[in-house]
Amino acid sequence: MNIDNIKKEFPIFNNKVHNNDLVYLDSANSSQKPQVVIDRIYDFYTKEFSNVGRSVHYLAVAATNLYENTRVSVQKYINAKDKNEIVFTKGATEAINLVANTFGQKYLKEGDEVLITELEHHSNYVPWHYLRKSKGIKIEFADVNEDGEVALESIEKKITSKTKIIAVTHLSNVTGAILPIKEITKLAHSKEIPVLVDGCQGAPHLKLDMQDLDCDFYAISCHKMYGPTGLGILYAKKKWLEQLPPYQGGGGMIKEVKKEDISYGELPNKYEAGTMATAQVVGFDQSIKFIEKIGIENIIKHEKELMEYGQQVLRKNNSVKIIGNPKEKGAVISFTIEGVHPHDVATILDEDGVAVRAGHHCCQILHEKLGLSGTTRASFGVYNNKNDIDQLNNSINKCKKIFNLK
Amino acid sequence: MNLKELYQEIILDHGKNPHNLKKIENFNKDAKGYNPLCGDKVHVYLKLDENKNINDISFEGSGCAISMASASIMTDLLKNKKEKEVKEVVKDFLEMIKEKPELSTKILLEDEKTKLMCLSGVKQYPMRVKCATLSWHTLTSAMDGKKEEINTEKFD
Repeated sequence: MNIDNIKKEFPIFNNKVHNNDLVYLDSANSSQKPQVVIDRIYDFYTKEFSNVGRSVHYLAVAATNLYENTRVSVQKYINAKDKNEIVFTKGATEAINLVANTFGQKYLKEGDEVLITELEHHSNYVPWHYLRKSKGIKIEFADVNEDGEVALESIEKKITSKTKIIAVTHLSNVTGAILPIKEITKLAHSKEIPVLVDGCQGAPHLKLDMQDLDCDFYAISCHKMYGPTGLGILYAKKKWLEQLPPYQGGGGMIKEVKKEDISYGELPNKYEAGTMATAQVVGFDQSIKFIEKIGIENIIKHEKELMEYGQQVLRKNNSVKIIGNPKEKGAVISFTIEGVHPHDVATILDEDGVAVRAGHHCCQILHEKLGLSGTTRASFGVYNNKNDIDQLNNSINKCKKIFNLK
Repeated sequence: MNLKELYQEIILDHGKNPHNLKKIENFNKDAKGYNPLCGDKVHVYLKLDENKNINDISFEGSGCAISMASASIMTDLLKNKKEKEVKEVVKDFLEMIKEKPELSTKILLEDEKTKLMCLSGVKQYPMRVKCATLSWHTLTSAMDGKKEEINTEKFD
């Protein structure tokens, strides 16, 4: 599959936005979907649909097999040791809530510390805040440096004898900083502290190897990986899934239910209560196949070229200021235009069909630290090309013209 | 869609150099407003006399060109109006920005209405209407003496 022609695989680009070609630079928010994924969901509902894991009829068996096939595909894709270490959730947010809730319930008490970073998305802060309110735990923040990255040392500095879990992003959705997860895990494990990784931005843009990273938990957002919405994945080491209590209660997660007591099912059912997002799970198998067909190494190379070209172009544009300068950086460029508010930038860009995100990107802690109320963010996916960046730059110039900037 | 209608010179001027952007001394009513979607904040200050005339009005805050221009024009037009008149203008403005083609209030002069109508371009941008209405909702809250911060998500 030629990466230069990949746009053709995504039907959304056949549509015009305000009579212009769509320049989609909001993949860190959510990615567009290739035809194969859309078709797979359509076909599943048209020919193969049934609920999974319950009935014995033909369709139920077929659907259950398809559902479990995706679990194996995910296991292989992220190199997890065991397929039962893959738990489907409604999103990465639920995956993190699942861990915060169950780990907090069993292992955290008043005065214990959860260590996160100033880069974190709200989804890797708010769930821990609940425990601050309910259990009186403390949340510590590892500092972000002036390049917009979190160094191993700043994490080390905040570890105390009370640190019970470290929860960090793999790749910042604002500065693009890639965190040294392997080193963080090694350090944390030397002090017997488990590590949760928010992999929302990491999973679509980096090569994943759970056994190599050695983290305890890894949260994935499927809709950012050219997959359907309403689906996330929690990878967790088996020992944790066995030790932790169940999360939501309901059908499918039980072993035996009596009036006096209830016993819970085996992994992974223990964490998949109720009817799951079956069609999305089946569709997501095609997302993984799509990525594998192109090759994640090719995607990484392509996106790195785009990001570097984007930085080069935007740096030449005076009045544009790029936020952060991490040494290891993913496919995202956040910037400000002096004298123009990010929401005005986004509205003007949209008129040209250029879709970016403006605001705090669910990272208010980081923006406060940077002294900014918001930024404009261009984030890339496999379907972007250099023309998209040139169009971004042209539209930024239009914005400057409207606001009488030089 | 028409960017020229949205970003008229008058909006850009007020956005860049907002009028009444300060905290007035001896204010006796105030309220804060917040737009959680974009993080924009505004704080409106009023000085009402015993006859409920607005002797002075100002605001502090930061935000996009639309929200700053809207607050700037609002404070310009409502200074020295009676509280009752202000409420009528606020209602008229909010109706206009959502659906009505024109302003119908008799309280403002024609040229004042023309100035306010410069904000009507925002109608074509549903995601931006709250930028224009934030300071107006906050003003109402200040007049009503509400303690709670205004949150644009609570309005249509």
